[in-house]
Amino acid sequence: MPLALHIPDGFLSAEVAGAAAIVAVAAVAYGLRRADRDLDEARVPLLGVLAAFIFAAQMLNFPIAGGTSGHFLGATLAAVMLGPWLACLVMTVVLATQALAFADGGITALGANVLNMGVLGALLAGFAIGAGLRVLPRTRSAYLGLVGTVAWLAVTAGAAATSIELAASGTIPLVVTLPAMLGVHALIGIGEAAITVAAVSAVLASRPDLIALGRFEPAVDGPASTAPAGA
Amino acid sequence: MRIFTGVALALAVGLASAVSPFASSSPDGLEKVAGDKGFLGDGGLAPIQEDSPIPDYSFPGVANGRVATGLAGFVGTCGVFALGYALAVAVRRLRGGGGPNGPARAPDRRARR
Repeated sequence: MPLALHIPDGFLSAEVAGAAAIVAVAAVAYGLRRADRDLDEARVPLLGVLAAFIFAAQMLNFPIAGGTSGHFLGATLAAVMLGPWLACLVMTVVLATQALAFADGGITALGANVLNMGVLGALLAGFAIGAGLRVLPRTRSAYLGLVGTVAWLAVTAGAAATSIELAASGTIPLVVTLPAMLGVHALIGIGEAAITVAAVSAVLASRPDLIALGRFEPAVDGPASTAPAGA
Repeated sequence: MRIFTGVALALAVGLASAVSPFASSSPDGLEKVAGDKGFLGDGGLAPIQEDSPIPDYSFPGVANGRVATGLAGFVGTCGVFALGYALAVAVRRLRGGGGPNGPARAPDRRARR
């Protein structure tokens, strides 16, 4: 049975949970404001599709070393498909549903969970994929390698952020949790990278035009754009 | 778009309903570390979570654990699809994005640069 455990109530102090919630709310508010730019007609059903896929995939805990399991998070996939700000909205829909309907992740800790598993990963993906596309060769394998690497980074960054929040809350010192969290999530990140790359490959093969962070994004095309003219 | 949406949604619902009951039940990354380092007991449910409709991804009133998990996955996946879709529709209406400037946006932006 999946027994996903996002940060429950009680792990974080009120100050840390509140600070994380402020950042999460700010990201969601900005995501809503950006929607008139980012959310074109085709991406309306995509918001639902990504929420559904990420919710489903988060239930599929896969075993990793030492009697531990990991599960997909999905922020990188959401950012690739929707851009980082709409990805924040999708991750919030998923995480809020999990907390309110499935008792997975705390209520006061919801902001921290949105920050660690959604906002951080989505913005990291937006920045790193944008930067990588500018320097890497414009090949499919370079693109997928970039996406996989960023997916791994997003998971480890979320684990580091969780450790920092736990330490700032006085729950457990950073020197104790950070190595353990990074060790486990370095492995979980490999699963995240594999699932993200598989999903992005499938979209590239069927509807490459739906990818927001990729060779088809206007923002990363130079003046000598290789995107099909008049498409 | 309908085909893509349909296939992707079917895949998600299938994974959540039929595969999730066979997922690993070992503690996940954070839970394992919390157990090992002795702060797992600090965590608990918020009062309003005591009455969660589907606690722990297990549909209430279903004796078979795998069936209860599959049902929870089915309901949850359909639910977040509806929520995400509804949010997108609502945001597009409120932000005035509807109408003719939807798909035509990207070339517009490029031209302005």
